[in-house]
Amino acid sequence: MRELTLHLLDIAANSVSALSQNIHIEVVEDTINDRLFMSVKDDGKGMDVEMVKKVIDPFVTSRTTRKVGLGIPLLKAAAESCNGWFKIESEPGKGTLVEVEFQRSHIDRMPLGDLPSTILTMIIGTPEVHWTFRYRVNQEEFFFDDEPIKQELEGVPLSDPMVISFLRDYITEGIQSIQPPE
Amino acid sequence: MEKIKSLEDLKKLRAEALEKRTAKVISGQKEVIVGMGTVGIAAGARETLKAILDYIESEGLTDIVVRQTGNIGLDSFEPIVQVVIGDQAKVTYGRVTPDAARKIMKEHVVGGNVVKEYHIEGK
Repeated sequence: MRELTLHLLDIAANSVSALSQNIHIEVVEDTINDRLFMSVKDDGKGMDVEMVKKVIDPFVTSRTTRKVGLGIPLLKAAAESCNGWFKIESEPGKGTLVEVEFQRSHIDRMPLGDLPSTILTMIIGTPEVHWTFRYRVNQEEFFFDDEPIKQELEGVPLSDPMVISFLRDYITEGIQSIQPPE
Repeated sequence: MEKIKSLEDLKKLRAEALEKRTAKVISGQKEVIVGMGTVGIAAGARETLKAILDYIESEGLTDIVVRQTGNIGLDSFEPIVQVVIGDQAKVTYGRVTPDAARKIMKEHVVGGNVVKEYHIEGK
């Protein structure tokens, strides 16, 4: 995957598969300390220690009880090669927190990619989940909670053409008004 | 856009959307499902989903539900899109680029004809 937002989408898709009801996404660009941070926090079914190990490095264990992908190991390797770090905290029955950080200016750091489309995809594609999204750039912040919108829209699907336009414009403007240049 | 203002706008939008929908509800639900597992995302599923949303928006199609789902289990055919119209059987499409997605929307979801070019038989 060539964009950080595609990894974000991948991790969020894992949260959806884990039957989460609430998923919180955070993206922080700190241009002063030169850091780029992303996290996904869910209240899904969580993982035990063995499963977390396996997700991080699918080749360390011989157990083949469940299929795991390569999205997470690749993201971890990418962060670590950019003066960054990667962490998963998970507890069965409670949920999972995935955090990753990069040196923002690092030459090998993947571009963030299309953040508005990524958030829009999550919200419209999985309306059963309550999504919250926080995007912070230094002192400025855009916060989005889809709950009040869903309440207002009761009876109208998020994939209604007028709703798509509204969500796209709202999220795009919110992000672009504070987004620094890559 | 101010947040309060946008919620006000949303109320108007809802009234308008519901008005347009009532006439169409009888024609049967149309569902478009995009596979969003790791392989699907890496193969371009986000752009495929975006093309579908753009098409719905530009054509003003009000009776379509778009959903994403996890791995469908056809890795080599990703991105995968499935179309369900009313109580008809689910139709699965493979290697759905944004162009292919627009064609499927136009010919199948709107037109009612399966697009053979991308159709995965027996799925």
